[in-house]
Amino acid sequence: MFFADIITSFQESLIFINFIEIFSALDETLLLLLISLPIGFFLSLLFALGRVSNNIFLSKTIASYIFIIRGTPLLVQIYLIYFGLGSVKAIRESFLWIALKEPFWCGVIALTINTVAYGSEIFRGGIQSVSKGQIESGKSLGFGKIGLLRRVIFPIAIRQVLPTYGNELILMVKATSLVSLTTYMEMTGIARKIMAKTFAPIEAFVAAGILYLFLNFLMVQFIKYLEKKYNPHLRLQN
Amino acid sequence: MFKFEKLVFGDLGWGDEFLYATLMTILVSVCSMGLGIFIAIFAAWAKLSLNRFSSFISNLYTTVVRGVPELLVIYLIFFGGSAAVMKIAKAFGYNGYIELNAFTISVVAIGIISATYSTEVLRAAYLSINQGQIEAAKAVGLRKVQIFIKIISPQVLRHAIPGLGNVWQVTLKDTSLISVTGLVEIMRQTRIASNVEHSPLTFLVTAAFLYLFLTTFSGKFFNYMEKKSRRGFV
Repeated sequence: MFFADIITSFQESLIFINFIEIFSALDETLLLLLISLPIGFFLSLLFALGRVSNNIFLSKTIASYIFIIRGTPLLVQIYLIYFGLGSVKAIRESFLWIALKEPFWCGVIALTINTVAYGSEIFRGGIQSVSKGQIESGKSLGFGKIGLLRRVIFPIAIRQVLPTYGNELILMVKATSLVSLTTYMEMTGIARKIMAKTFAPIEAFVAAGILYLFLNFLMVQFIKYLEKKYNPHLRLQN
Repeated sequence: MFKFEKLVFGDLGWGDEFLYATLMTILVSVCSMGLGIFIAIFAAWAKLSLNRFSSFISNLYTTVVRGVPELLVIYLIFFGGSAAVMKIAKAFGYNGYIELNAFTISVVAIGIISATYSTEVLRAAYLSINQGQIEAAKAVGLRKVQIFIKIISPQVLRHAIPGLGNVWQVTLKDTSLISVTGLVEIMRQTRIASNVEHSPLTFLVTAAFLYLFLTTFSGKFFNYMEKKSRRGFV
């Protein structure tokens, strides 16, 4: 009977009710990540290639893009896309408005732009760490340009930067909370709404914090799995 | 589109307001960076200590704060801070209403976030010191405090400068989030100005330029410090 009482009192506690309510907004946060992270990954690879290419114009353009995005806070970027672009009449009348009037798509665009800047710098380090001998031996085996990238450079580079890129992924999970400031109701937005309703800030934000911790825990496990999978030569042989 | 005439100094534009806001951003960043390093010294000490309990607490602190969005930490301290302080005051027999001002809350919140990153930097810097140096210091008879001040701190600082430079950049950019507390720094000023003038693009681009300016020049300063700290060092 004693345990039953504890369980019922827990189920009626504010933090548990909040937890359930914020949990139902988990898919909004996940949706932001599931769209922006894969696009960000591929664009980062492309941008990193452009950054190390011999074309000075391309390389300088990407370098200045990275410089600007890494030098400004994400909040400014989100606001610029949501409030800034929305205030321009020409954009309001163009086809872009279909996406830019939704806070969700503004969040996705801002997060993608942000992660590409950090990600391409990370991948550039990885690509430049591929030793010349590997590329030369790839060439001497008769790989074309695409084959060389796909079979030699990218596998080595991505393996090299997996821990660093993992950090970037965790930063992105945390960055989704900023999209709540553009009225998009993901976990932080819901927590803020609950706080306004119940006047119990600690319960609301701790419940949201637990969920973010859980999400980041999953992300860390995912990165660990990838690291293990793509570094078979570092595993103990048995 | 972009309205330059709104950025003049004086009553007609927002130039001087933005100057004050920029100074406020710098002030908050410097104070929270300082608070962060102060906390980080103890957190790194706890993390490195052989005492299981203190290293567990320190690990818990850095893991939890780094695993939770910065905005959530700021909300928690902004909305929950006054209530927590009042509860503590009640335990000591004071029943009045206490309201913490926005500046204190901002510095504490950003400081707590910044400290987690500084902790890792300081811990790594400490581990890169040759253990023989500390043994040698003990052998010549220096006391613990002397070892810390004369042997450990100068070398930790030298190793930590590049890492602390990165933490500074993150801290500076995190201060944009404290606009939710109502403290008038760049981001808050941007919201105020764009609400009045109905021209968010102008002020947001200005804010972006101000942040870019701050990060670039402070980055240059840290590069200079790093070069300076490496004089005569292999």
